[in-house]
Amino acid sequence: MSTATTEPVLSYDEALEKFDPVMGLEVHVELNTKTKMFCGCATEFGAEPNTQVCPVCLGLPGALPVVNEKAVESAIRIGLALNCEIAEWCRFARKNYFYPDMPKNFQTSQYDEPIAFNGWLDVEIPAASGDGTEVFRVEIERAHMEEDTGKSLHVGGSTGRIHGAEYSLVDYNRAGIPLIEIVTKPLRGAGERAPEVAKAYVATLRDLLRALHVSDVRMEQGSLRCDANLSLRAKAADGQAQDDVPLGTRTETKNVNSLRSVERAVRYEICRQAAILDGGDKVTQETRHWHEDTGVTTSGREKSDAEDYRYFPEPDLVPVAPARETVDELRTTLPEPPAQRRKRLQADWGYSDLEMRDVVNAGAVELIELSVEAGATPAGARKWWTGELARRANAEGKGVDEFGVTPEHVAELDRTVKDGRLNDSMARQVLDGVIAGEGSPVEVADARGLELVQDDDALEAAVDKVIEANPDVAEKVRSGKVQAAGALIGQVMKEMKGQADAGKARQIILSRLGVG
Amino acid sequence: MSSLSRDDVAHLAGLARIDLSDAELDKMVGELSVILESVAKVQQAGAEDAPPMSHPMPLTNVTRPDEVRPSLGADAALAMAPASELQRFSVPRILAED
Repeated sequence: MSTATTEPVLSYDEALEKFDPVMGLEVHVELNTKTKMFCGCATEFGAEPNTQVCPVCLGLPGALPVVNEKAVESAIRIGLALNCEIAEWCRFARKNYFYPDMPKNFQTSQYDEPIAFNGWLDVEIPAASGDGTEVFRVEIERAHMEEDTGKSLHVGGSTGRIHGAEYSLVDYNRAGIPLIEIVTKPLRGAGERAPEVAKAYVATLRDLLRALHVSDVRMEQGSLRCDANLSLRAKAADGQAQDDVPLGTRTETKNVNSLRSVERAVRYEICRQAAILDGGDKVTQETRHWHEDTGVTTSGREKSDAEDYRYFPEPDLVPVAPARETVDELRTTLPEPPAQRRKRLQADWGYSDLEMRDVVNAGAVELIELSVEAGATPAGARKWWTGELARRANAEGKGVDEFGVTPEHVAELDRTVKDGRLNDSMARQVLDGVIAGEGSPVEVADARGLELVQDDDALEAAVDKVIEANPDVAEKVRSGKVQAAGALIGQVMKEMKGQADAGKARQIILSRLGVG
Repeated sequence: MSSLSRDDVAHLAGLARIDLSDAELDKMVGELSVILESVAKVQQAGAEDAPPMSHPMPLTNVTRPDEVRPSLGADAALAMAPASELQRFSVPRILAED
């Protein structure tokens, strides 16, 4: 199979003129429990292969699974936070399939009895008017408990992909790690905003799960994964309600593993399906794979012929029947709803709507909260997370929290600037060092010898030298053109090899020239 | 009543990758036959009025605390596999070439 085939696409505007997109999003979240869903094996990410396995998660004969109490608790809390009803009684089921990523030949999941169902999550997107935000309510179909699968390495063939591989090598450390699958109802009515709504939903869900402390929610490590279902239907004719138009055939796009990809993948599928329908053909119901590098989806036929999973209730596990008192108790442990929390924090921090939107878009709400707790000023914390770090994150297609920079680092960096030890450009160099793993900001500044020169004599000498060398500019400033001082400040900073406080240099220049 | 032959048991053992000696094979033919006969008896029970059940015990909420227990260790785990490489289980080609 070739992945290089480029399918025709319609332009986004034309696609939306002709068709109405309907989405469904499935998010898998790996819980951060210490042990697996049904056995006591550790769940450490990045452990040596097959060191966190036992008879239960290897599916050895006679091994008996037992449910992880904490995982059930987390599942209920997630359900409650998504405004779901919690089942009074529910069971696990075996999802049978033949694929070596599960050594049991089935995945223990939940089928028609999910632990949580019928909920909703409000997500905010920038208003179409460009002013403020609008709320889109995402209806939640269900959230159920299951277990993750092992990881395969495909050997042979040229691409390292499953196609053309001679054989595969499997690591079962991940097999059995608790997963919660959260499934939305079909999202209608988002229209041209569909890709944005998809991204905002996953971002909001990620923030909510993070606030619940139930998962690391690291998309790049796979602890939060998204599959995007999409179909198109014709635009309603005059006088016809859009919801009276029957739904089209959907595709399920897998491997959508960053917030940016969620938006891009939905957008791409809209354009691709539109071209097919516009050409009078039919969309094939299939699984598709998203390719981050090329920004396209390709047909993935792996599972298309094996959709009959022969579900049946898991006979080795007894039903889960959460007592209503337990559910009520867990309800009291829920964090503040994200929208309400954002409003409170925005007021506390004194951010404008626009500033807060940047913070939310950068996924930095909690990071800033932690930075402020660690002693950063709200303005300083925002500057670093949504400025320098967000810029790097965008450039490298990463999250702002993926550079090894912690809220404590940001608080320390902010402090060194506020205390006058570093100026902004030096602080950026220090941040480079922190990202390079050279230590905390103070350690990096020490090691690199970065410190503002506090010696006023040296600064005054530099000012005098620069004024003497630039009599024309100095005269302009003397005659009242204060903004011309900028050129002098630049030279003084150069003279001081960047290690001076620019504000102070300005002060001295102005006072020397009699305009201070 | 189905009866199990010695060849059937040898075949099953092969599928399950269990090495059985001749003596063990003989023993298994007898024991497995008894099990099959017992299950066949259950099939004779009138099931019309009995609601389907997924577990024989009327229990709910059997859980364990989230505490790590020792794992097998990679060597012990991989010792059971017919083939391994890079400390991973080696499995035959998953998809045919297309």
